[in-house]
Amino acid sequence: MPRVGLFIPCYVDQFYPEVGLATLRVLRRLGADVDYPEEQTCCGQPMYNSGCADDARPLAERFLRIFGAYDHVVAPSGSCVSMVRLHFRELLGDSKELRELAARTYELCEYLVDVVKVRSVDGEFRKRVGLHRSCHGLRELRLARASERMDPPFDKATQLLAQLRGCTLVNLERPDECCGFGGTFAVNEEAVSCLMGRDRIADHEKAGAEVIAGYDMSCLMHLGGLLRRQQKAIPVLHVAQILEQARLAP
Amino acid sequence: MSAREAILSALRRSALAPVPLPEFPEGLRFADPVTQFLEAVASVGGSGVRVGDGAALEARLAALPVWAQASKTLSLVAGVGRSTLDLGAIADPHGLEGLEVAVLAGELAVAENGAVWVPGRNLGPHRAVFVIAEHLVLVVRAADVVSNMQEAYGRIEIERPGYGLFISGPSKTADIEQALVVGAHGARSCTVFVLG
Amino acid sequence: MNQFHPEQAAAFARDEAHAHWHDTALWFVRVKRDRAAASVPEWERLRDTASALKAHTLSRLAEYLEEFERNARQNGITVHWARDGAEHNRIVSEILAQRGVTRLVKSKSMLTEECGLNPYLEARGVEVVDTDLGERIVQLAAEPPSHIVMPAIHRKKEEIGALFHDKLGTAQGLSDPKVLTEAARQHLRKKFLGAQAGLTGVNFAIAETGGIVVVTNEGNADMGTSLPPLHIASMGVEKVIPRARDLGIFLRLLARSATGQPVSSYTTHFHGPMAGGELHVVVVDNGRSDILAREAFRRSLSCIRCGACLNTCPVYRRSGGYSYSYLIPGPIGSVLGPQRDAAAHASLPFASSLCGSCSDVCPVKIDLHHEILVLREEIRAKDILPLGKRVGMKMTGFVLSRPALYRAAGRLVRWVLRGAPPLARLGPGGAWARQREFPVPPEKTFRELWKSSGEERKG
Repeated sequence: MPRVGLFIPCYVDQFYPEVGLATLRVLRRLGADVDYPEEQTCCGQPMYNSGCADDARPLAERFLRIFGAYDHVVAPSGSCVSMVRLHFRELLGDSKELRELAARTYELCEYLVDVVKVRSVDGEFRKRVGLHRSCHGLRELRLARASERMDPPFDKATQLLAQLRGCTLVNLERPDECCGFGGTFAVNEEAVSCLMGRDRIADHEKAGAEVIAGYDMSCLMHLGGLLRRQQKAIPVLHVAQILEQARLAP
Repeated sequence: MSAREAILSALRRSALAPVPLPEFPEGLRFADPVTQFLEAVASVGGSGVRVGDGAALEARLAALPVWAQASKTLSLVAGVGRSTLDLGAIADPHGLEGLEVAVLAGELAVAENGAVWVPGRNLGPHRAVFVIAEHLVLVVRAADVVSNMQEAYGRIEIERPGYGLFISGPSKTADIEQALVVGAHGARSCTVFVLG
Repeated sequence: MNQFHPEQAAAFARDEAHAHWHDTALWFVRVKRDRAAASVPEWERLRDTASALKAHTLSRLAEYLEEFERNARQNGITVHWARDGAEHNRIVSEILAQRGVTRLVKSKSMLTEECGLNPYLEARGVEVVDTDLGERIVQLAAEPPSHIVMPAIHRKKEEIGALFHDKLGTAQGLSDPKVLTEAARQHLRKKFLGAQAGLTGVNFAIAETGGIVVVTNEGNADMGTSLPPLHIASMGVEKVIPRARDLGIFLRLLARSATGQPVSSYTTHFHGPMAGGELHVVVVDNGRSDILAREAFRRSLSCIRCGACLNTCPVYRRSGGYSYSYLIPGPIGSVLGPQRDAAAHASLPFASSLCGSCSDVCPVKIDLHHEILVLREEIRAKDILPLGKRVGMKMTGFVLSRPALYRAAGRLVRWVLRGAPPLARLGPGGAWARQREFPVPPEKTFRELWKSSGEERKG
């Protein structure tokens, strides 16, 4: 039985603990042996994306130490997992240890589809759902076919949600345009960031979404912040929160 | 040190690891390249017409409004149409200004994009003929229609020294609010006859 | 800190209707590109091949340039070399002066923009007329191009009508693109007929055959080089390709990526001057050998100037070309500009949400969003990142690597959000809160819930 280390992004720990709980429950319901190593803090992405690799490096080293012993590492975040799989190598250099840990660090949807091989999702979610395809998960982890690519289409999050009874995934005009969060971009380029976010919301509204769902709470924090300022009743939910009540099986 | 030496040695200083030339993937093939070519010509703003033989070509050309209404024409395709301008008397390409229709022979046509390869030797003494004419008529043989550009480059012969170009449809622009307008500087229309 | 992009972009975004209009216009080009790419089943393999062709060429760039020069000379083409923009301008100016040329027509060349050729020649008594319609529009308006393929995309047709009325004497109130284009055709035809020389860029220079390829939809490069007897072509060193057959790959990608057309109207192969004429090619370095030397950025030299990265960039679409401090905007500009002058263009690598769409549309697979990220590190290393930001990141890193400090910081942030919201609006919090609510701080963190709740301990 593989031992799963739960990797909870710092902002999920601090602001969206319910997403961490939902992730835990989804994994446990599948019979996974899940542990949460308490000394974890952050993957270092904010520093790395600001060009401050030196400040990110110690966090990468900590991650390796903290999660090295687990068979699988799973996080409800495409961007944090992309940091581990694609960028830790630039901070720590190539090593067998890093390569192997990176290869067994997964975002939740891809873990469910590719590792656990979930094919049956038995549950309900009677809502019109707008799926926000966060960029890191989409283009770095390839959780779905990006609309500008000419590969055969696939979408791991949709694969999981589409089976829920009563759940309709709405058709967006721009299925994977960036929401404008982008980490420090959200603050440094506030005007464009918010214009991008508001345009995403307008697309979801036009498509009739009652809920905006995603696999990255960072994007949803930004969209949610805009929605609440606009006093709109559309909630943002992580995919884990939607799957939480369902029965998943390979 | 000359600029040439300075530049080349600066470039050589980079000591890059060798990268092999890649294999090319198989290009898109059409079962019926001629039909595809005619569709492609239409999609790029031109019109493509298939004609069985020289007589049919002559008849269709005569019926073409831009040809029928033109008083200043030039045909550089033997046996097709007629020239009202005496090319021999035009010493300078500026003398072609006012040319209404030019008929030129293409050596090859490409189904995927409606392009016709016109080598320099088919343009007569003045290269400008294809761009200064108000309307363009191209003639190409059905047997010379290939599926894609990769195939095209496998067949065209680059004359050295020389000149040649692919023409795909008429001159066009979308620079004003992306509205497609035909006839920017060159030909306002491009009719391609596929013979055979 | 260089705040060029964020400040300009904020101004652009303030006129939301205009920003949306610009965004919609560029998105439309992206959609056309998608449709064109979808019609080619082997599209992704073509991209792989084009990328490998460029990588191969760059690994032997000097050799290919020498081969090009040798073969071009045999074709009767005169080849010149220019170390930088100033040398390029001098060479062009001398060629023109020696032949008494005072009327020059030009087709599109970002390289000549980079070198500042137009003002240089104008100061020396040469009339320079840009003949690409979009370029002519911005030339008449005395403004720079805002897009590398569609220079006047930021201008509405009514504005162009007013501009033509003012500069070309057309009737007042025109806005029909057909009518305006016809007016430009007539006006520029006179210029073509009166020109003594034509200057073009080079899309591809073929080493094997010693020729250059120039691609247009309008035919302006052709008109400008087949009427006057003198043709000067300016090319960056990176434009050389090994063989004619390589065009079979590049030309299948170029127009589809740029405008969604299967190919441009005119793809002209020059292998020698016209009868009684001259063809000069000026090969320009101007910092490209420096880029070649840097492994992290070398691939940016593969660029074939299609503009697809601009069209797909959600930030470029909503901020416009003039929000970028470099003459080339968008993702590729954000990679090339800072390499030329990191301080002057320091805001550009940060004018990206790192969405990665640019890298996915690039026909030669430049890792644009990755190069943008590496440039952020360069800017920090060059001490161009402002002190406050560096210190902020250092502190954040310090706190985040110590669990006890991280937890304390988290408690403080959540306390401020709950109890003292105005405090939260200080610094970056203010920028967040201008249009967004903060997340609602929970009672307990995930870690606290894991520890305290017995249920969470159940394995």
